[in-house]
Amino acid sequence: MNGIHDLGGMAGFGPVWAEPEGTEPNFHADWEPSVLSSMYGTLRLHRWSLDEFRFTIERSAPVDYLRRSYYEKWLAALEELAVRHGLVGEDELASGRASLPVKPNEHPWTPSFEVPVAAPRFVAGQVVRAVNRHPVGHTRQPRYVRGRVGTVVRAVGAEPLPEEAAMGICTPQRLYLVRFEAAALWGPDAGGNDAVYLELWESYLEDLS
Amino acid sequence: MSGSEHHDHDHDHDGHSDVPSDVALRAKALFSLLADKGLVDPDGVDRIVEAYEHRVGPHLGAKVVARAWVEDAYRESLLVDGTAAVQALGVGGWRDGSRLVVVENSAEVHNVVVCTLCSCYPLALLGVPPVWYKSAPYRSRVVMDPRGVLAEFGTHVGPEVEVRVWDSNSEVRYLVLPERPLGTEHLGEQELAALVGRNAMIGVERVAAPVGDVTD
Repeated sequence: MNGIHDLGGMAGFGPVWAEPEGTEPNFHADWEPSVLSSMYGTLRLHRWSLDEFRFTIERSAPVDYLRRSYYEKWLAALEELAVRHGLVGEDELASGRASLPVKPNEHPWTPSFEVPVAAPRFVAGQVVRAVNRHPVGHTRQPRYVRGRVGTVVRAVGAEPLPEEAAMGICTPQRLYLVRFEAAALWGPDAGGNDAVYLELWESYLEDLS
Repeated sequence: MSGSEHHDHDHDHDGHSDVPSDVALRAKALFSLLADKGLVDPDGVDRIVEAYEHRVGPHLGAKVVARAWVEDAYRESLLVDGTAAVQALGVGGWRDGSRLVVVENSAEVHNVVVCTLCSCYPLALLGVPPVWYKSAPYRSRVVMDPRGVLAEFGTHVGPEVEVRVWDSNSEVRYLVLPERPLGTEHLGEQELAALVGRNAMIGVERVAAPVGDVTD
């Protein structure tokens, strides 16, 4: 979806404010590691994919996405996922007391990274275009590459297609490392030889040769 | 742990603005519920804090970089298959399907890493990411204006050098192999590792020569 999370190329957020290296604590509040721990712990239950977790965050209202701290976004998504997948009930979240049984895991998420038997559609050096599409669901094809022309660097194995993984469906698809010249993405004012590299799923690309 | 005092400097630009007070309660309630139901390890929070405080952090990435600087065969294996090469040095924690790609800086190329869509980061090698890496200013701008962002870190890249931005949109994680600074020929592997910081392995800074060792 064309959500607020797809930040690449947006303007108006100001300069990067970085605390000097070595001075920033790992966590900025004592509740943050409990969110990280809930995240890691629930991922191991095979109830939902990382893409479903991401998609849950991506669907938050843009103003909430920007205003909430990082782990607060994670917390809101984990609460939603835990209810959606029958780990806890809304009233349990409200009371903080466990009162309901955990629902069985009827559709376990078991990712596969098996490379499809079909030959790769693209080879190193091939000129490709990232397809112009605006899915309403989850995608890992950032807006800034859509419709842009790049060059395949190499094929790099396979991963579940994020569009489907977010819905609990696992179809591994080949990935390609693609180089986009900065000027192809950002226009003639962009740095001469500079480039952006991404890994794009096979269905994100079309042949231009 | 020392967390709460850092809320003293909440402001809009560091990603910690406007945190409602009940977030702490909600976070602890969710974790307790999951632990009470036997779904997550009740000691998980302490283990995570301990791991990132003491075991998993940029010193692991620095160890990999230093080895690559002193041993050419290792450097080559690292650039060919980063996941296998760091595992050979004892850096574990790679989720099934996640891969490490190491990109090498040189006199011709400067690499910098981002995740524009969320916050993907090589945690196994660098620990938890800094707030700025996950922030809107960095994620929005570094793909479009990498030289401007690098300059904000004090890193000035000449026009003859190609800047490559690596957007971590798949399950691949990137680590920058920085250039070994001049004047470090006499240093051993551990001394070299001590020079290598997190920001250099993200690619927003260079590794500085050790103080007092700058060549004339």
